[in-house]
Amino acid sequence: MLSIGITSAAYIASAVLFILSLGGLSNQESAKRAVWYGIAGMALAMFATVFGPGVGNYILIALMVAIGSFLGVAVAKRVEMTDMPQLVAALHSFVGLAAVFIGLNAEFELATVRQLIQSDSDLTDLTGFGKKLAAKDAVEIAILKVEVFLGVFIGAVTFTGSIVAFGKLAGKLDGKPFKLPGGHALNAIALLACILLGIWYTSGSGVWTMIAVLIISGFIGWHLIMGIGGADMPVVVSMLNSYSGWAAAAIGFTLGNDLLIVVGALVGSSGAILSYIMCKAMNRNFVSVILGGFGGNKGPQMKVEGEQIAIEADGVATILNEADSVVIIPGYGMAVAQAQQSVSELVRKLRAQGKNVRFAIHPVAGRLPGHMNVLLAEARVPYDIVMEMDEINDDFPETDVAIVIGSNDIVNPAAQDDPNSPIAGMPVLECWKAKHVFVSKRGQGTGYSGIENPLFFKENTRMFYGDAKASLDKLLPMID
Amino acid sequence: MKIGTLKETFEGEQRVALTPESALQLKKLGHECIIEKGAGLASGFNDAEYKSAGVTIAPTAAAVAKASDVITKVRPPNTTEVKRLSTSQTLISFFYPSSNGALMELACARSASIIAMDMVPRISRAQKMDALSSMANIAGYRAVIEASNNFGRFFTGQVTAAGKVPPAKVLIVGAGVAGLAAIGTSTSLGAITYAFDVRPEVAEQVESMGAEFVFLDFADEQADGAATGGYAPVSSPEFAAAQLKKFREIAPEIDIVITTALIPNREAPELWTQDMVASMKPGSVIIDLAAEKGGNCKLTIADKRIVTDNGVIIIGYTDFPSRMAAQASTLYANNIRHMISDLTPEKDGLVKHDMEDDVIRGATVTHEGEITFPPPPPKVQAIAAQPKEASNVKTAEQIKAEEAANFTKATRQQYGLLAIGGAIMLLIGAYAPASFMQHFIVFALACFVGFQVIWGVAHALHTPLMAVTNAISGIVVVGALLQIGSGSFLVWLLAGISVLIATINIVGGFMVTRRMLAMFQKS
Repeated sequence: MLSIGITSAAYIASAVLFILSLGGLSNQESAKRAVWYGIAGMALAMFATVFGPGVGNYILIALMVAIGSFLGVAVAKRVEMTDMPQLVAALHSFVGLAAVFIGLNAEFELATVRQLIQSDSDLTDLTGFGKKLAAKDAVEIAILKVEVFLGVFIGAVTFTGSIVAFGKLAGKLDGKPFKLPGGHALNAIALLACILLGIWYTSGSGVWTMIAVLIISGFIGWHLIMGIGGADMPVVVSMLNSYSGWAAAAIGFTLGNDLLIVVGALVGSSGAILSYIMCKAMNRNFVSVILGGFGGNKGPQMKVEGEQIAIEADGVATILNEADSVVIIPGYGMAVAQAQQSVSELVRKLRAQGKNVRFAIHPVAGRLPGHMNVLLAEARVPYDIVMEMDEINDDFPETDVAIVIGSNDIVNPAAQDDPNSPIAGMPVLECWKAKHVFVSKRGQGTGYSGIENPLFFKENTRMFYGDAKASLDKLLPMID
Repeated sequence: MKIGTLKETFEGEQRVALTPESALQLKKLGHECIIEKGAGLASGFNDAEYKSAGVTIAPTAAAVAKASDVITKVRPPNTTEVKRLSTSQTLISFFYPSSNGALMELACARSASIIAMDMVPRISRAQKMDALSSMANIAGYRAVIEASNNFGRFFTGQVTAAGKVPPAKVLIVGAGVAGLAAIGTSTSLGAITYAFDVRPEVAEQVESMGAEFVFLDFADEQADGAATGGYAPVSSPEFAAAQLKKFREIAPEIDIVITTALIPNREAPELWTQDMVASMKPGSVIIDLAAEKGGNCKLTIADKRIVTDNGVIIIGYTDFPSRMAAQASTLYANNIRHMISDLTPEKDGLVKHDMEDDVIRGATVTHEGEITFPPPPPKVQAIAAQPKEASNVKTAEQIKAEEAANFTKATRQQYGLLAIGGAIMLLIGAYAPASFMQHFIVFALACFVGFQVIWGVAHALHTPLMAVTNAISGIVVVGALLQIGSGSFLVWLLAGISVLIATINIVGGFMVTRRMLAMFQKS
């Protein structure tokens, strides 16, 4: 048995390790080392807790950890990189659910302890958490209840919200926004109900109030995320990431465990920053994304003039063979078509000819922050030619060919030219400044947002219609 | 539908309106092609090639005219050719209706339709059939080649064992299609290229082609070209004076001048005066692409190469496209093919002469017994006028001021946040018990550390970041572990499940992060 002092020391060490593991993600090489810090920190924390004071039932723990590890390994080994958004969403829901359970458990324990106190029983038998509870005075108990309430509430919202996000990302639910009649008013009422129940609970009502909060907040999570469309998923997933952190922090407060608080705060702020970056990249504020739908129309949109000119693979190949610098702009369409391997092959061939080939990644490309980077990495595209928007946007005028694969709104010039466009002011990749632009796209339809894209009508743009993978495979043999 | 192509009758014309390649494309649209015997010889396409592309060879022009529904050619038709037209036949060629009124009347009397390729409106949709542009492109290229042919020196500067060669200095006046093509050719031959245009908005295009734009010391805004259908408008006298002054200043240094300035329906403006020619070095070359309309230099004689007293060569050829007949024919035939494909929108080989269509309406000069020239102005403007935004070009001071303003704003924001944060902390501290505050300090510090650390994460690693935060948020397992020893069955069960799913998170999250990070490789 480790003493409380040793356990705390281990907690401090693991908190430091976690911070290092997040900080290490500042570049690709140190990240590989940093993930080991995270693993070490987690191992240390679990070890210290299991062998620390007040823990029993080792057989059950061993069994659960074994099953959990087995499932975790199975999932991690099997998941396709294109399915990462779903996996991340699913894992968030687990944290949410665990937070809910732990919060409820705290309430159960609290009830037991208070019964013991009322019946003047011997309190010396209590261990660990129970002992802590017994020592609390009235104000502390009230605060504890608020923490339980927050843990359960955030946990439940995260749980159902993540399940819906998972369903939408995995294509098991319709990606279109869906709202019950009443819309956000319904959410507001539900939130109010939760708060009322929370007040009742803290002032002494029984565990039923918490169960009710659980159900209602579950509904909020479901309804909130159902109302958000597919392309806003990067924000949603990072928001849920943040919530799962806050839920863990709330649980940490409940249990009086500083390690949980630290990690919860780290994860929570990480998710919050990611959401902020995503929102900024779409030039929308967080609230409007979460409330769903684009802001009201400010006036008639600029009419697009001209026509979309199609081109065949041989035309693309001719120009590519002559180009010196090429920039590829991948989007969600590349992930859908599973075209990353073909893209990588194309890049390999072009680079073998000594051409300067780079990728331009918009922060909200794909369905998860950094999604495109992972897909390209999987296809063995070296990361030093994968650029961020700010790094590459000024280079387009000197670029011979820009290839847009499965992205739409992030390359829409209307964001700059048309103040009435729903995406006006959103930072976009200025690929139209390149000498030639090829757009690989399934058909003539507009993208998710339904906004007409003047890029497709520009004089230097040629539309390379068809499934991204099929088109690229047709193109590949012609590059020499 | 049958499409007939005539042999050009104009003296020295070498182009042809159909190539074997365009014939193949037309066949795909469901048309049948007929060509007059030997029509493509001058541009290097013999009858056998046409035949293998499935084109019928007709012995005489009359036979072609008789058998076809649509007749295509390059130069405007002569009287005989127009007389051969019958009702419901369509002729597609250059026509210059404003100077060919009599022919137009004649065609109208025979109630044939005439589509003038030179009247295709200059809107983006019609670019693929804009034969004037494709011919101007060739003219621009050829002008440089012709200049080089007459210029006794290299274009590019060289340092050789035999001595140093200075690069040629080329001035291109008028940065339209021909001008831009000339700029491209000239820069790729290695000459130092200057270009001038009365529309300052083309400066960017000029610079993107590698030439230097000659700016005038002139304050007033010039009207942009969009209002006049993509052509430059007539300049004000003050502007013209400023322009001549600038030219006079640089003339002695320039080795080659290529002028391409044309104003629709007017004589070409005089841009290169006699005294400028006189100040040029012997052996310099002037190529005047406006020779047909009187020339931008008054010494130019159309279709002639002359040498002035001070040894400057002035070339006034008007048939540059025809001098590159194979290339010109290929592009022109493609323009014609696009026009025909627009005329048969259903791809069923039936002509639908849609007078509602801006492009077809604009190019049609006679139709169903009526003269339809001049056309009404097109519904859409040529090029969206984009007034140059002043904010685009910021001076260093503006940038500095902006940075300072941003900094003060950020400072103010930070102070504000600190004040609000401090107030909230005080409020909480005033009411919450000490044991809570201890944890709260930890929480606030951890949030702060989190924010500082996460800002440093590379954008490319955001997905691994989410996976790793997923894994470490599995730390709730610690909470579950603390509860699992409880006596109550319910607590025991829920805590057990929590341990299970939190472990999935931890193991799955870390494993998948490792998998992802291993993929990131440097080239």
